[in-house]
Amino acid sequence: MVDIAGWIFDHTATVGNGPGPLRKEWRRSLEVTNCGLAIDRLKLPDRVLWRFNVAAPAKRVEQLDRVVIRFAGDSGDGMQLTGDRFTSETAQLGNDISTLPNFPAEIRAPAGTLPGVSSFQVHFADYDILTPGDAPNVLVAMNPAALKANLAELPAGADIIVNTDEFTKRNLSKVGYAVSPLEDGSLDGYAVHPVALTSMTIGALAETGVAKKDAERAKNMFALGLLSWMYSRPFESTLRFLERKFAKRPDLVEANKTAFQAGWNYGETTEAFTVRYEVKPARMRPGTYRNITGNQALALGLVASAVRSRLPLFLGAYPITPASDILHEISKHKRFGITTVQAEDEIAAIGAALGASYGGALGVTTTSGPGVALKSETISLAIALELPLVIVDVQRAGPSTGMPTKTEQADLNMALFGRHGEAPLAVIAPRSPSDCFHAALEASRIALTYRTPVILLSDNYVANGSEPWMLPSVDELPDISVAFTTAPNAPDGKFLPYLRDPETLARPWAIPGTPGLEHRIGGLEKADKTGDISYDPANHEHMVRIRQARIDAIPVPDVDVEDPQENARVLVLGWGSTYGPIGAACRALRQRGLPIAQAHLRHLSPLPANLGEVLAGYDKVVVPEMNLGQLASVIRAKYLIDAMPFNQVSGLPFTAATLESMLEDVVKNG
Amino acid sequence: MADTIPLTPVKLTAKDFKSDQEVRWCPGCGDYAILAAVQQFMPELGIPRENIVFVSGIGCSSRFPYYMNTYGMHSIHGRAPAIATGLSTSRPDLSVWVVTGDGDALSIGGNHLIHALRRNVNLKILLFNNRIYGLTKGQYSPTSEIGKITKSTPAGSADSPFNPLSLALGAEATFVARTIDSDRKHLQSVLRAAAGHEGSAFVEIYQNCNIFNDGAFDLIKDPSARDEHLIRLEQGRPITFGADDRFSVVHPEGSFGLKVQEGGSAIVHDATVDDPAYAFALSRLSGSELTTTPIGVFRDVQRPSYDEIVRKQVLDARAQSTGTPEEMLGELLSAGDTWTIL
Repeated sequence: MVDIAGWIFDHTATVGNGPGPLRKEWRRSLEVTNCGLAIDRLKLPDRVLWRFNVAAPAKRVEQLDRVVIRFAGDSGDGMQLTGDRFTSETAQLGNDISTLPNFPAEIRAPAGTLPGVSSFQVHFADYDILTPGDAPNVLVAMNPAALKANLAELPAGADIIVNTDEFTKRNLSKVGYAVSPLEDGSLDGYAVHPVALTSMTIGALAETGVAKKDAERAKNMFALGLLSWMYSRPFESTLRFLERKFAKRPDLVEANKTAFQAGWNYGETTEAFTVRYEVKPARMRPGTYRNITGNQALALGLVASAVRSRLPLFLGAYPITPASDILHEISKHKRFGITTVQAEDEIAAIGAALGASYGGALGVTTTSGPGVALKSETISLAIALELPLVIVDVQRAGPSTGMPTKTEQADLNMALFGRHGEAPLAVIAPRSPSDCFHAALEASRIALTYRTPVILLSDNYVANGSEPWMLPSVDELPDISVAFTTAPNAPDGKFLPYLRDPETLARPWAIPGTPGLEHRIGGLEKADKTGDISYDPANHEHMVRIRQARIDAIPVPDVDVEDPQENARVLVLGWGSTYGPIGAACRALRQRGLPIAQAHLRHLSPLPANLGEVLAGYDKVVVPEMNLGQLASVIRAKYLIDAMPFNQVSGLPFTAATLESMLEDVVKNG
Repeated sequence: MADTIPLTPVKLTAKDFKSDQEVRWCPGCGDYAILAAVQQFMPELGIPRENIVFVSGIGCSSRFPYYMNTYGMHSIHGRAPAIATGLSTSRPDLSVWVVTGDGDALSIGGNHLIHALRRNVNLKILLFNNRIYGLTKGQYSPTSEIGKITKSTPAGSADSPFNPLSLALGAEATFVARTIDSDRKHLQSVLRAAAGHEGSAFVEIYQNCNIFNDGAFDLIKDPSARDEHLIRLEQGRPITFGADDRFSVVHPEGSFGLKVQEGGSAIVHDATVDDPAYAFALSRLSGSELTTTPIGVFRDVQRPSYDEIVRKQVLDARAQSTGTPEEMLGELLSAGDTWTIL
């Protein structure tokens, strides 16, 4: 039996890339009872010498400017919750954050299989960041499937924390590992930290008396405790969260807290982890912040729309991934005079919302692509009726059921053109999770002011991703109230339901219950001004054109161009959720001295008035989209420029690196 | 009628409910009779015109709102119950009527109809059943008899028809009635009962399409024959019909349903029976041949309306909260874990 503290241990093979624990088989062959981490190595021509330190070293604290961690496990392992809590702790600390969950559509895919892997990636930094990070620096793998599913995306040298208890023969064979990757050397390029997460959790909870099943399920809190220690996160909010979450089960509060603490203590005392990291708070604008997902922000934006329009909000919705969370959130806030109806189908959901709008409410329906397809006929009716209506499409990968939990921007064509007849409406898209709040308010404002349906194109990436959000002051939110018509509007004392406001081209909103203004509206073509049924050719020509003209005339802000050096010849034009990766790629290029300009569209219909002029100012316009070039086609058709599409339809967001390398090529080679 | 709907002291007349639009159904259409009956009945409600809304789908019957001088919406095929659900739920001060047809309500809009009924939304649903598609010029409908020869079924239709009342009862409707376009007095009595019902009221109105399905209801309309086929349901009265009441509706010992027989002990009609099996049994007396066809109110029971339950949730939530909407919004936005950067 030997103790190799301070020894020089020599071996002819290459041992990993850097400091780390002594590999198991060598420990066994040397009969090492006690050994710390390798802390140094000396490369000789014929061999490598390693120095180990056995005494629990005073943990070194290293400063990092940014870290990307990915928590991965089985869909039942609670990885989303773990990631969410880590994010919350990180937010408390004041880092800038961006997160990306990635989970299967199946609620519980067969345990331990590749399709069942659920992950949550969090990127945090001491400066402002735009994306959840391309590749993780740290992978927490709760089982072999989680390791296998994520390994390809790890850069060399990344830390991997594995739950060794799950690396059983059965679990390994489920994902096609003949030999454990922990033992065959295939992970030599990484810093692997084997941790017996499950058994240590069960051990830590032995005294608490909770059932073994509950103890085993708390292993995610052990992992969270360990990571919280490693990255010096404040954990009070997690303990408070556990108290709230398991309020009805005090035993589980205790179990989860204990597991968390055990994980923390393990980091503190074990020799397996010698370094602790710190990421200092980011410099962010003064204000009060919270971390928020796109769906939450969108829901709050709709609640704010009710408050700032002084109208009852009526949400008609049918459950659909990834939009259901908006319905869940809004249905909790009835105190704002909000009614939510879970309808029998997508068509009824929008029908009820339109009926409510007719009655003077702010009608809203929330769905994803397949739902929009079903709602198409009712959207056309709303266009003919010229009533306010907000349609939220949280896009997912299609066509058909497609990949319900994966992202895509392929509903743009449907939003712009997917209706029978000439049926124009307003379309806007949020650029980030917190922007969903403001985009929802903007959608409501346009719908109410211009009496039109508005499609709000979110997507799974912004809907489920999160970032810090500086809370707006309620008083500074726009006042989006509009007046109902209460008196006849024609000189002869009659009421003309299609007599337009000369400024907004909106027709009067005279709601049932208003005496003297009784009138009938419908989907049949209406005579200008009177709204009576009309088959007159000239009238139809006029009405079709005015419905288009009134959408075209909606004033939208000019598009801004970010080109700090003002010498770029290439412009990247994006819309919606690609803002983060495009922005990160542009920054990286500029840091390398390559000039590039970025413009990002929030309004897709109507387009900003200055867009043509902006596009004409560049030699090359590149349009990256998570579809096959839908905006690019619009730009080419409308502005007659050779816009270059760059497309990805993998169900995953662009990485900044992908865009950086593509744009570098365009900037250098035209 | 919901007590949330205001009443007017002004005495209105049938004329007040006629809009300035020219009525454009085919001459001789049963819809004229229904329109006139509804316009004449409306003043009875005492509801100001502006608080009445007619919502329709698509089809001949669905032109109805244009001719009523109230608020109205001619919407899309089959969707009137969905649109009316949103309107009624958000506006308790309105009396909302849905006008639909057999194709609109039972084919393309079948889903919305059954869900409006099960929810018990406060809607008065008038289904004009002419057992044919009229506006598209004569295809068979979901209430057409099997074997119906039409333009789209030259060899006869292969599908069995719906019995609209059985369907409504299966969908948990709280008020179910049937009447006939040509019997104004009966039609108005049914409208009266429907209007007085809190929740969904489903009224099937047999309506003659003199162009594509003329005479579909002659058996129960022809004065010389109808008494032998038409069963008039009256609350609290034994169900008998025919000359000298020679036919009775009876509940045979050991049987699940009701049947018609000569003589015997007629059951006494009670639309308020909670068990829908009774109304359902009544609805099964008429097949597509109409040889024994009950009209009147089959079922009229009380159950809280959807509107009322939903509204109560909103009012309760409001009552339990304090502060202005802006203050509440400020609290909501800053709920959860926040941090402040100075």
